[in-house]
Amino acid sequence: MSTQTKPRLLMCPPTAYSLDYVINAWMSLENQPDVDLAATQWAELYRTLTEVVGAEVELIEQASNAPDMVFTANAGLIDRRPGTNRILLSRFRHAERQVEVPFFRNWFEAHGYECLEPAEKQFYEGEGDALFVGDILVAGYLKRSDIASHTWMAEQLGVQTLSLELTDGRWYHLDTAFFSPMPGRVVYYPGAFDSYAVQVIEQNFETIVVEENEALRFACNSVVLGKSIVMPSGCPILTSKLEAWGFTIYPVELSEFLKAGGAAKCLTLHLP
Amino acid sequence: MHTETVQLDGHIIDSLVLSKVLDIILLNGGLYEISRFDVGSTRTDMTHAEIVIKANSRELLENIVHQVGQHGAARDVEEAHSAPAPSDGVFPDGFYSTTNLDTHVMVGGKWHLVGKTEMDCAIVLTGDGASTVAACKPLHKIAKGDQVVLGDRGVRVTPAARREPGSIFSFMGSEVSSERPKELIIAGLADTMRRAKSEGKKTLFVGGPAIIHTGASDALEGLIRQGWIQVLFAGNALATHDIEKALYGTSLGVEIATGAPTSHGHEHHLRAINVIRSAGSIKDAVDSGILKTGVMKACIDEGVDFLLAGSIRDDGPLPDVVTDAVKAQDRMRELIEGVGIAIMVATTLHSVATGNLLPASVQTICVDSDADTVIKLMDRGTHQAFGLVTDCEFFLKELARQLKAL
Repeated sequence: MSTQTKPRLLMCPPTAYSLDYVINAWMSLENQPDVDLAATQWAELYRTLTEVVGAEVELIEQASNAPDMVFTANAGLIDRRPGTNRILLSRFRHAERQVEVPFFRNWFEAHGYECLEPAEKQFYEGEGDALFVGDILVAGYLKRSDIASHTWMAEQLGVQTLSLELTDGRWYHLDTAFFSPMPGRVVYYPGAFDSYAVQVIEQNFETIVVEENEALRFACNSVVLGKSIVMPSGCPILTSKLEAWGFTIYPVELSEFLKAGGAAKCLTLHLP
Repeated sequence: MHTETVQLDGHIIDSLVLSKVLDIILLNGGLYEISRFDVGSTRTDMTHAEIVIKANSRELLENIVHQVGQHGAARDVEEAHSAPAPSDGVFPDGFYSTTNLDTHVMVGGKWHLVGKTEMDCAIVLTGDGASTVAACKPLHKIAKGDQVVLGDRGVRVTPAARREPGSIFSFMGSEVSSERPKELIIAGLADTMRRAKSEGKKTLFVGGPAIIHTGASDALEGLIRQGWIQVLFAGNALATHDIEKALYGTSLGVEIATGAPTSHGHEHHLRAINVIRSAGSIKDAVDSGILKTGVMKACIDEGVDFLLAGSIRDDGPLPDVVTDAVKAQDRMRELIEGVGIAIMVATTLHSVATGNLLPASVQTICVDSDADTVIKLMDRGTHQAFGLVTDCEFFLKELARQLKAL
C-alpha cells in the first residue's frame, strides 16, 4: 500500500448486523451481540480509520437478509495492478453467506469494476483468505477457501501465490491469524497453521509471532495503512513489538464483532 | 497394485504443497511416481506435477486420493473419448482394445464398470451421460454407428484381485507346476469346486479326446452325473470317441478294457459318427435308446450345456458340431455366463479358445501332460490360469475320487 496516495477501503455500516446462524467456532446463538454497542464500536472504527489514520472509506448498504455482510473483507480481492479495475468476487462455502454475493456484485459493477468469479464448486472467500505481502500473494485454504482457487487467483493476478493450510477452526480465515505490516514482514500465530505453512512463512519472511491469548483477541485481524495499524484492543504484547518496528498502533474495541468471528480487518476491504 | 493419476498445479514448490502431497502418500502406505514435472521458470510461473499414486488396495488408494485432493491434487477425470463404428464389423481408428480384467470407463463424470469382460474386444457405450452402459463387444458383432471408446484416456483397468486365501489358486499362484504334490493340488481344486457349487457358480469343463483314449471318461462321466460340471466345451473328437466307446467299446479302434487293437477298429469312429448322423443328433440317439452310456449321454441326462466346436481336420462331423467358428464363439460367450471355475484338460485348441473369452476373475486350471499347452494359454493372455502338468487320466480319476464321484 503506497503511503503517497490516500488509502481507500470499503466498509458496510451494521444496520442489519445480527447473529442468526452458527458457521464458525466463535458463533453461538446463546452469545448474541449487543447490536447498539456493535453500531457504536463500528462507528469508532470508522472514525479512527477516516479521521485519525486518514483513510478514504466507501460505504455499501447492508442487505437485511445478510447479517455478516458487515465483514466486507470477504467480498473478494481487488486486482491491484495499475490500469485494471477488477475484483475477484468470492464464492462462499456456506449458503448463509452466499446471499451477500449479488449485493457486492451490484456495488462493484455500479462503481465500474469488472467482476470475476471462481469456477463452480470452487470455494474462495476473498481477502479473508488472500493477503499481499509486498508482491507475493499469501492465501489460506482448507477451512473456507479451496486450494484450487489459489491457482485461479495466481493466474488472474499474475502473482506468486503461497498456499498455507489452516488447521484450527478458531482461525478459519487467513486474516484471523496472519497479516503483513510491510513488504517482507509478517505477523502471525503459528498455532493456526500446519507445519508446512509455518516453514513457508519462516523461510520467506521476517516474522513476529503472536501469543495465543492475543491471537484469540484477533490481534492479527488488523488494518495496516502505511505506518498506522488499527488493531482490536487488548493486545499489548503485539503492540509493543510492532512499535519497535516503527508502527503506531490504534486499538479499537470490537467485542460485539468478535462474537461473530470478525474484527477490524474483516470489517474492511482494500480498494485501489 | 492399484494406481490413480493426479495433477497438481500452482506454486506448489514454494508453498511446500508438493512435499506435503508426497508425504501424505507415503505416510498412508502408498507409493508414488512423478510421471510429469514442469517447473515454472520465473517466480510467478506455476509448476505442474503429474503424480501416479499406487496402493495395495482400492480402498487405501481412494483414501489417499481423497486426502491429497484437499491439497489440490486433482484426480484425472478426463472423459473417455469415443467415436461411432464406421461400418458393421469394423472398429473406428484408435479404438481401445480390452483386456480380460475388470475395467471402468469415465463417462458423464462417473466411472462405469464395463460389462461382459473379454480380452481383444472394444468397449461400446450405450445411453447418455451418467446413465451410460458400457460393455465389451467383439469385432464381428459391431454394428455401424456403435459408440466405441478410443485410446486409454478415461479408461481404468483393475489388476486381478488377490487369490482367495485357502483356495487352491492361492497357493498355486499363476504358474506352471510339474513338480508339486499333485494329489494335494487336486484336493485343493476339489475344495474350490465345492465352494463354487455352494455359491451357485457354474463349473466349466473343457476337454480333449485323450480323456477318452486314456480311459478317463468314466471319471468325467461320474463328475457330470454327480452335478460337478454344468458346462462342457469340446470338439468333434471327444464326443466322437466317447460315442465310439459307448457303441463299440473302443477309442480310435483300441479296446478300452484290454488295450488291444481290434480288427477294422480304425473304422469305428466313422461308424459312430454315421450312427449319430442317422439318428439326427446326440440327443436323438439318446432318446431312441441307441446311445446308452458315456460322457455325452451323461450331458444329455443331466442337462449339461455343451458346445462342440468344429475344426478343419474333423471327420464327419457329428451333427451337433458347430462348424462356423464365429457362431461357436458366440455360443461359448453365452454359456460362460455365471461360470466361476474353468477346468481345461488335454486340449490346446479349445483351452486357448475358451481362455480368450473368459474374464480374469474366473478361476482357471489347465491340465496337460505337456507344459507347452499351459504356457501357450498364458502367453495368449489368460494369466489367471494355473497349469498342472500331469496325465489327464490320473487327474480326472483323482478329482473324481476326491469328489466321491467314482
